[in-house]
Amino acid sequence: MITLSTITRATLAKDLRLEWRSKDAINSMLFFSLLVVVIFSFVFNPTAEESRHIAGGLVWVAFLFAAVVALNQTWARELRNQVLDAYRISPAPANALFLAKALGNFIFVGVLEGLMTPLFIVFYSLRAVGPAYQLPIVAALGTWALVVNGTFFAAMSVRTRAREIMLPLLLFPISIPALTGMVEATSAILTGDYSAKFWIALLVAYDVVFTIACLFLFETVLHAE
Amino acid sequence: MKRFFPILAILTAGLLSFGLYEALVVAPTDQMQGEVYRIIYYHVPSAWTAFLLFLINFVASIVYLIWRDMRADAVAVVTAEVGVVYCTIVLVTGPLWARPVWGIWWTWDIRLTSTLVLWLIYVSYLFLRRFSNSGQTPVLAAALAIFGALDVPLVYFSIWFFRTQHPQPVVGGGGSIDPRMWHVWLLNWAAFLCFAGLVCWSRYRLEILQREVEETQALEALLERSPR
Repeated sequence: MITLSTITRATLAKDLRLEWRSKDAINSMLFFSLLVVVIFSFVFNPTAEESRHIAGGLVWVAFLFAAVVALNQTWARELRNQVLDAYRISPAPANALFLAKALGNFIFVGVLEGLMTPLFIVFYSLRAVGPAYQLPIVAALGTWALVVNGTFFAAMSVRTRAREIMLPLLLFPISIPALTGMVEATSAILTGDYSAKFWIALLVAYDVVFTIACLFLFETVLHAE
Repeated sequence: MKRFFPILAILTAGLLSFGLYEALVVAPTDQMQGEVYRIIYYHVPSAWTAFLLFLINFVASIVYLIWRDMRADAVAVVTAEVGVVYCTIVLVTGPLWARPVWGIWWTWDIRLTSTLVLWLIYVSYLFLRRFSNSGQTPVLAAALAIFGALDVPLVYFSIWFFRTQHPQPVVGGGGSIDPRMWHVWLLNWAAFLCFAGLVCWSRYRLEILQREVEETQALEALLERSPR
């Protein structure tokens, strides 16, 4: 009996192996967010004190744009050789595929964040005034909020004519509350001016609502004909 | 049903002109704001109509996903398109009023911002409908409509907290509303609803006709290609 978890694990392992050998997504994301960091530093020319207030927004905008690069490749890879069609006619549960793709993207974006955060700290001389232990929580919740909807909408946009441009058009409006939550929580922790608790709760609510919605609707979208 | 269309058209024309007269001539002038306040007779009914249309869109999307009825999908397209038009009216008339009264065109206040985000979500919905292949459009669009509806309360809460935390730049003049103003408001809303119904109706008929034409053309192409 093939279970949900075995298929998820197999697909995830395949994606990670592909990425490990090619490093397409991670390299382009890294370079892209590096460019965003450098360009922003020319736009704002911030002092350390000022940068603490804008860094929350800046970091997440860089990660959001970079994540789109990885998300666009998620399903495009499966279109070659009709892999996606093969998956659709196989009896494997659609949600297993979705979970594998979402977890894969979560890992890619997580690695990107891990590599880019030191660079942000160096370039903008950041230091958390508030409780720093909350930052990884915010990062994990925020990243999941981006990739769970991003993976879902990428599966939608891959069917449209203007594939690459369609994903941000769909993802950004829906992500506004999540983005507000991430930015405000990060700013709260970096400046220590106010508590990040409400924003973390908002991110949890967003994650729960949209994870359920994605799992509920993914099969319908995958089999849309 | 078709016979009712001209009746609805006449009713709409009557209500709209009567509403215009009531709003511009009969309704009392506002104590604080003067004549400029009269734009709310268009602003507020447009907002209510837009929200109602988006609600219908959401319901129609769910109905489509459950029963796969093409008519529900046609209703979803129509209400989204007309809703975006009404929402645009709200977003344009708002700043026109805010400039003389508040002294600024726009403020990132909760209602303004959430209306703007709603508008963005539905514009992206229309983009998706435009760019996807016709066979898959209904399902993809219905899924997006459900995501959008789930997003609305989260948007509202996030902005509510965001704005209560930061100082509010301006607060609209309070005070109670004259009952005659209410009357004109509701009259204009009725007129706008009738107009929306009229536009939706003709757009719905157009949509159904278009789909029939597409189906016929596809069938003809199939018949021509098949060997005699």
